[in-house]
Amino acid sequence: MTTFSDPPPASGPPNQPFNLGMLINDTRYRGYTFQFIALIALIFFFGWLVSNAIYNLAALGQDINFSFLGQPASYEIDQTLIPYTSTDTHMRAAFVGLLNTLLVAFLGCITATIFGVLAGVLRLSKNWLVAKVMSVYVEIFRNIPVLIWIVIISAVMSQALPQPRAFRGEDATATMVLWDSVAFTNRGVYIPAPVWNPGSGIVVAVFVLSIIGIFVFRRYAKNLLFNTGKLLPVGRISLAIFFVPTLLAFFVMGRPIGLDYPELGGFNFRGGINIRGTLIALWFALALYTGAFIAENVRAGILAVSKGQTEAAAALGMRPNRIMSLIILPQALRVIIPPVISQYLNLTKNSSLAAAIGYMDLTGTLGGVTLNQTGRSFECVLLLMLFYLLISLSISALMNLYNNAVKLKER
Amino acid sequence: MSDTHASAAFVRTEEIPPSPPPVSEVGIVNWLRSNLFYSIPSSILTLLTAAFIYWLSSILMPWMFNGVWDANSIRDCREILDGAIGGCFAVIAERWPQLIFGNYPNEEYWRAVLAFVGLFVALAPVLFFKLPRKMLWFTGLFPFIAYWLIWGGSAWVSVMALVGVVVGYVAFKALEERSFFGAIVAALFATLLFWIFISPLAVNALSSVVALSLPQVESRFIGGFMINFILGTSGIALSLPLGIALALGRQSNLPIIKGVCVVFIEFIRGVPLITLLFVASVMLAYFLPPGTSFDLVLRVIIMITLFASAYIAEAIRGGLAALPRGQYEAGDSLGLDYWQSMRLIILPQALKISIPSIVNIAIGLFKDTTLVSIISMFDMLGMIQGPILSSTEWFGVYWELLGFAGVLFFVFCYGISQYSQWLERQLATEHR
Repeated sequence: MTTFSDPPPASGPPNQPFNLGMLINDTRYRGYTFQFIALIALIFFFGWLVSNAIYNLAALGQDINFSFLGQPASYEIDQTLIPYTSTDTHMRAAFVGLLNTLLVAFLGCITATIFGVLAGVLRLSKNWLVAKVMSVYVEIFRNIPVLIWIVIISAVMSQALPQPRAFRGEDATATMVLWDSVAFTNRGVYIPAPVWNPGSGIVVAVFVLSIIGIFVFRRYAKNLLFNTGKLLPVGRISLAIFFVPTLLAFFVMGRPIGLDYPELGGFNFRGGINIRGTLIALWFALALYTGAFIAENVRAGILAVSKGQTEAAAALGMRPNRIMSLIILPQALRVIIPPVISQYLNLTKNSSLAAAIGYMDLTGTLGGVTLNQTGRSFECVLLLMLFYLLISLSISALMNLYNNAVKLKER
Repeated sequence: MSDTHASAAFVRTEEIPPSPPPVSEVGIVNWLRSNLFYSIPSSILTLLTAAFIYWLSSILMPWMFNGVWDANSIRDCREILDGAIGGCFAVIAERWPQLIFGNYPNEEYWRAVLAFVGLFVALAPVLFFKLPRKMLWFTGLFPFIAYWLIWGGSAWVSVMALVGVVVGYVAFKALEERSFFGAIVAALFATLLFWIFISPLAVNALSSVVALSLPQVESRFIGGFMINFILGTSGIALSLPLGIALALGRQSNLPIIKGVCVVFIEFIRGVPLITLLFVASVMLAYFLPPGTSFDLVLRVIIMITLFASAYIAEAIRGGLAALPRGQYEAGDSLGLDYWQSMRLIILPQALKISIPSIVNIAIGLFKDTTLVSIISMFDMLGMIQGPILSSTEWFGVYWELLGFAGVLFFVFCYGISQYSQWLERQLATEHR
């Protein structure tokens, strides 16, 4: 009777010779076979795509080369962070666009975080009216496409605001706000520009040092609390460090930093900084839209901390705001941060919708005007993707570092 | 002694009727106190919010309720309003067909409407699993019917496409016993071969016998909210299987397969959708064999499907990772092979876990279909920004049109999210 004999050992007897059938039937080799086939198929697929591309480009008399980046761009960009004229190269135009993308992403992320945290916390408020208003905000902004928001706010900026000439004359229909320093016009918002006189460097240096000082102080206060149990009024002292030294330095140096107010001259405002309506539209649309998503993440994060934690802290005699800052937030942040990072990434990628309203970001310059002028769609789209990929990867790398710092340390 | 005690004692024999609670503890006063004015900061917040609501509605209400619904142009609207504040909603009434159907020929609207109604019939058994399962047959047939209804042309194209799928299914059934994966590959090959080699001949032959065709509508005439719907539904439907395959590939222990999947997912997730749409509109033509030209709508569907599948793959990966190890081990201990344990044990649970995120992706994708307006397709937003706002009659009617588009998207997206919450409650199997 051989029916109940042992099965052959899983690793296979060493004396069994290798045959071709084992490539399919033996689990040890099957994986390699499949991968090999997949690799070959992939190489053929890409080879097919590339050969098609080469053939098509040759048929159109084109080639792939990036020399167009060195040619003069000959188009204007209205919102620039670095000096740029239309005689500069396409490369510089693309760089200006990249900086504009980063600018709107940076401003948008900060504003979205503020909106999101406010709305998320207020949605959990005991105050019925506030909680309801915040859930209406979240639902409305989450369920309407961001592109529609961008177009709506851009229409507000360009259609609903007065023309600069409305500010002129005796019977001006529009006035500047905030002590005649900010003008909302349909050509953008004019705000005062800082003027750096000699000696301003010292004020800035003092300001930077006091910021560092705040971090050092908070660390010291934390150690003091953990080691001796002594509690310092951290908030008030931080506030003092933030303002007092800088203001002192400002007046000691003889007020070196002034403001250049925008003034109406001729047909338009002169002086100050002009923030274009397109930038504001993109910035606020993205911030409000992403803020609604962040609000949900914040709410979920706070709800994820079990109620027992609050009660335990209360039983120890902690005051509500200390419970929030020492018990709830550190635990909630671990839940909140990963999804908020992907919201930052989404915001950055959504900033490419600038193309719809004519804000000259990376998509507007490299993927828009440059592409249309030079007809180099292949190279432009490739570079565009590469830039966005780089931005995305670096944001997620940076944020993962932070995430690792706050995540639960388990044994 | 005892009777003095008895006389001094007082024992109440009847209950005092309950007295009403103090005024401050009941009714609207108590509600206001405990919900709106329970502390000084809260009172301030309440007053600020109320002021904000009053300000917003004082702007919006006259505009909405004083609106003009019957006029031929914005000048007519202004004349009727005569300086008063009010929206010019007449544009929505007049351009309604354009907003919904784009430039689809007037006399063929019934086809689009039929396809739209059919979509809901087809979706019903998928969305509400208590409906009779027989309805799924219609769901299977619907893509072919909808294609024929919307694009028109010979019905035999759709029929042959369907026959190709049936051929694939037969091949799959024939080989399923031997190897699940091999059967899938064979079925795909069979379908493709049928579509490429047999169906063009068959379509020609059959059309010459019985024409059975609707007037053809070219893709460039399809627009408005209809194209948002077409792109959204087909994008999600097609990206689900691709997403599952990518998620499994990413979890696989075969390094090359895993690597390919990781690179694909990270690449797609790292670039904005708009660059992929640029690829669809300007670059994809380069990669196709010379002489072939894809329809723009088809190219956009391909790119949107690739885009959504990367996100869905991540959602499903989350579901796969959330399953306890014991479930995988249970499959192994039952002696199931990889595909069996995936199909019978792992994927049903993983998909259930990932329903909320898949629905979020679906909503996001539906909203993102407005992006095609940037590559000059006339979806709803493209229609508003292009033909309607640039027409002389309606130049300057921004708020009404954009508000209408917003409301329409809100209704659908909010509906989907409410549905997903209902579904989550239905599928909750753990006892709490």
